[in-house]
Amino acid sequence: MMQTITCECGHSNPYGTSLCQACGKPLKQDVEVLSSMRYEGSARRSQTYKQTFVDKIWNFFSSVKVGVWLIVIILVAAAIGTIFPQETFIPPNVDPATHYESEYGTFGLIYYLLGFHNLYGSWWFILLLGMLGLSIIIASLDRGIPLYKALKTQRVTRHDQFMKNQRLFSKSNDVELDEIKYTLESLRYKVREEDGNLFAEKGRFSRWGAYVNHVGLIIFLTGAMLRFFPGMYVDDILWVREGEKASIPGTSTEDGQYYLENNDFILEMYDKEEKKFNSALSSVDGEVAKNYQSNVTLYKTKENHTIGAEPELVKVKNGEIRVNEPFKFDSFALYQTDFKLNEFYKMSFELEEKATGNKFGKLTVDLHDPKKEYDLGKGYKVKIEEYFPNFVLNDQNQPSTVNNLPDNPAFVFSMYSPKTPDGEKAFVGIQKNIDSGENQFKMSFAGIETKDLTALTVRKDHTLWIIALGGIIFMIGVTQGLYWNYRRIWIKQNAGEVWAAAHTNKNWYGLKKDVEFLSDKTNLTPLEEKETASK
Amino acid sequence: MAEISSTLLYSAFIIYLFSTLFFAMSISDKKGKDAVHTKKWGKIGFISSCVGFAAQLGYFITRWMASGHAPVSNLFEFTTFFGMMMVLAFIILYIIYRTNGLGVFAMPIAVLVIAYASMFPRDISPLIPALQSDWLKIHVTTAALGEGILAISFVSGLIYLIRTVDQTVSSKKTLWLEIILYSLIAVVGFIFVSVGFKGAGYETTFEMMDDNNQAVKVVYDMPAIAGPSNGEQLDDSFGSLFSTPSWMNGVDASVKLNTFIWSLLAGGILYGLLRLILRKRIAAALQTKVKMKPDLLDEISYRAVAIGFPIFTLGALIFAMIWAQQAWSRFWGWDPKEVWALITFLFYAAFLHLRLSRGWHGEKSAWLCVLGFWIITFNLIAVNLVLVGLHSYA
Ligand code: HEM
Repeated sequence: MMQTITCECGHSNPYGTSLCQACGKPLKQDVEVLSSMRYEGSARRSQTYKQTFVDKIWNFFSSVKVGVWLIVIILVAAAIGTIFPQETFIPPNVDPATHYESEYGTFGLIYYLLGFHNLYGSWWFILLLGMLGLSIIIASLDRGIPLYKALKTQRVTRHDQFMKNQRLFSKSNDVELDEIKYTLESLRYKVREEDGNLFAEKGRFSRWGAYVNHVGLIIFLTGAMLRFFPGMYVDDILWVREGEKASIPGTSTEDGQYYLENNDFILEMYDKEEKKFNSALSSVDGEVAKNYQSNVTLYKTKENHTIGAEPELVKVKNGEIRVNEPFKFDSFALYQTDFKLNEFYKMSFELEEKATGNKFGKLTVDLHDPKKEYDLGKGYKVKIEEYFPNFVLNDQNQPSTVNNLPDNPAFVFSMYSPKTPDGEKAFVGIQKNIDSGENQFKMSFAGIETKDLTALTVRKDHTLWIIALGGIIFMIGVTQGLYWNYRRIWIKQNAGEVWAAAHTNKNWYGLKKDVEFLSDKTNLTPLEEKETASK
Repeated sequence: MAEISSTLLYSAFIIYLFSTLFFAMSISDKKGKDAVHTKKWGKIGFISSCVGFAAQLGYFITRWMASGHAPVSNLFEFTTFFGMMMVLAFIILYIIYRTNGLGVFAMPIAVLVIAYASMFPRDISPLIPALQSDWLKIHVTTAALGEGILAISFVSGLIYLIRTVDQTVSSKKTLWLEIILYSLIAVVGFIFVSVGFKGAGYETTFEMMDDNNQAVKVVYDMPAIAGPSNGEQLDDSFGSLFSTPSWMNGVDASVKLNTFIWSLLAGGILYGLLRLILRKRIAAALQTKVKMKPDLLDEISYRAVAIGFPIFTLGALIFAMIWAQQAWSRFWGWDPKEVWALITFLFYAAFLHLRLSRGWHGEKSAWLCVLGFWIITFNLIAVNLVLVGLHSYA
């Protein structure tokens, strides 16, 4: 370890100190007092050690210049990410590789190729955030700790040089020290006295504001990064049909699994006749939604239920879920996210003899769970040969289905009757009924039942409290550092004269008002402002 | 109630104009420069801006009563509120620094913001479910207050530049300063053309294909300089000079672009007229009137950031996150409006750090304050009107 420097006042300062931490005497010839005041001339690691690799890394990240560059680079990157929609905002069924080019031309293609369509999740963006965090930590440690020590050890009596070099300074004669002390105290300064010298300070705690807010930021960033760890975070979507129960994804634990029943989905629109919104509503086509709501019941499986067995459900509670009003249980929350009205649910048909129009029984197909065969009795039956819930003709012009949602159901039926024991085939869909032309029977449409669906986002987030804590600490820190400031006034008896000097870390205007008040109320010569290099 | 509300807003608008005038009187040096004169008119100016603020507060409260929800839910309401917060921010900083010169610029800029707001539909609109939350009100009002205070740092920075940029030579700085002033004038231009063509009842209609290949009608209320992409005009008014590029989003992209072009044109004419009358750069003409100490201006603009930054962060980020968590189940989703709030936050964070070092006081700092305000207005206007996202008010 390097040697310490002992000042003439007797205080022993760590290596690298530029102003004595007790009396403020410059410890080297070329030290400029005022510019050293920001960190009290304390020995900062980054200013003292510059040799090893670790030193270099430390010094790099502790530099405010580097910090500002990091902030600016993140800012610019964030802005680039808003030029075109991010991948998460483009329609779900398109291929990003072609979408950006077809929508936005060559720029879109370049944007996509550079990976800007997924900018905020990219490794380099996360890396930048990591570097920002590192920089905040190192810069704060580099300054905060020595600053803390320096402010603790400062003495009442300051060195002449220290006094003379302050931005606000004056010399006076014939001054009542008690009067000054009284006046300073009336301005709510904390005044200490030593050998007829005074040291008045106010708002020292504000000096920690920046460090407190940086701690808040680090906690916030940590919380945000924890999201990548499994178990901290569940984000799923749950579609439930009215009148049905569904198991809630992500909620399975040792003591059971949660189920949700959708009792009712409610969609309300604003009444066009409502007087106060009349003119706004009449200027839009269509209707304006007023409320999306799911009335639900939460169930849990009985303890020690075996997987695979039909679950035995115990009712937990009822609830209403609206936009902005999630439904909470344990550490989970369900959010009203989406809905689908009138999804096809059951379709009914009748077996009809073409020539006579006679009907031979009705069948109702559950579109989510169609049976293979429907026996209509007396030798009449219908088989479902093929089922296309969401029918399209594919590239080869073959019937197929887009997905499992019964948005456009179509069937290939085989119809059997005593007259046609070998069966006749027909292709039946919405407004389609195709057969070979020789069929004696047909399936005639006999009605449809629909149901509403609600979509709920299932969310568990164990990082929220960390994020909230970070946010609160950040706000305390910025307020502390920006709404208060650290003002100091020194009064020193010096060979019959009285010297006065004042310093603040910000808001010189406020400090000047204080010292003006001081010289108005006492015999102190008004403090004069030195032209400084900072202007 | 709704009528009382509009009357109050209108009164506030007029009072603010008078307040501008009074502040201008206080710094005019024609009638001798005695301190009494300055003090008297400064006081009258200040009191009138407070009265105007009270009137606008009355507008806000009565409109709230009329609609049943906080009137910050569409572009008109929000922008008006932003103007009101600018006035409040000015009042706060005036109480601290007692500078009449600040009022000469802050009040008319607030007036401009409110006039701009009035060009949007002023109907009381119902709230869609996502907007039905107390957190929304808290978020929007706090964010607007923060932005209002940050806007004062722009005003002060702008005066700093007018005061200090050397006008004897023409340079990049004088050019940029003129561009800033021109863009303020273009807002006046926007108001002129909007009111003018609306008064004349102008309308022309195009038919175009939207994203889903449906034919839609696009109605212009100004002559179409920029027509819709692939649009066909249905009447024989003045036809378009060119088509809006197809990458611009939405059916009414071309209407917005067209309005923008008209505003720039009208602003250009106004600017040209002013130059003809003044026979020098606008900033040069203003420079002779502004006597404030640059140091004080620098201090005010820095202080405005120091006061505004925490409020902005609280409103535009923290309250916004709380609301987003409730409404969309995630507190952050990289939606363009969110990202631009983050950008504003980062920008002012960088500003505060630059102020820690010496070289960034004074002029550089003033330019940064201008840039910061540009970011704020971009977020208020362009993100709503140009970039698409969850926040775009319908
Ligand atoms: C987005 C990220 C950041 C935010 C929001 C932030 C916020 C702040 C704020 C509000 C202050 C107080 C400013 C003042 O009192 O005038 C401050 C001070 C400071 N920040 Fe940051 N900061 C961030 C990142 C960084 C980084 C990356 C560094 C790394 C070099 C850094 C280093 C400092 C230093 C050295 C101070 C002065 C401390 C003092 O006055 O004792 N900050 N920061």
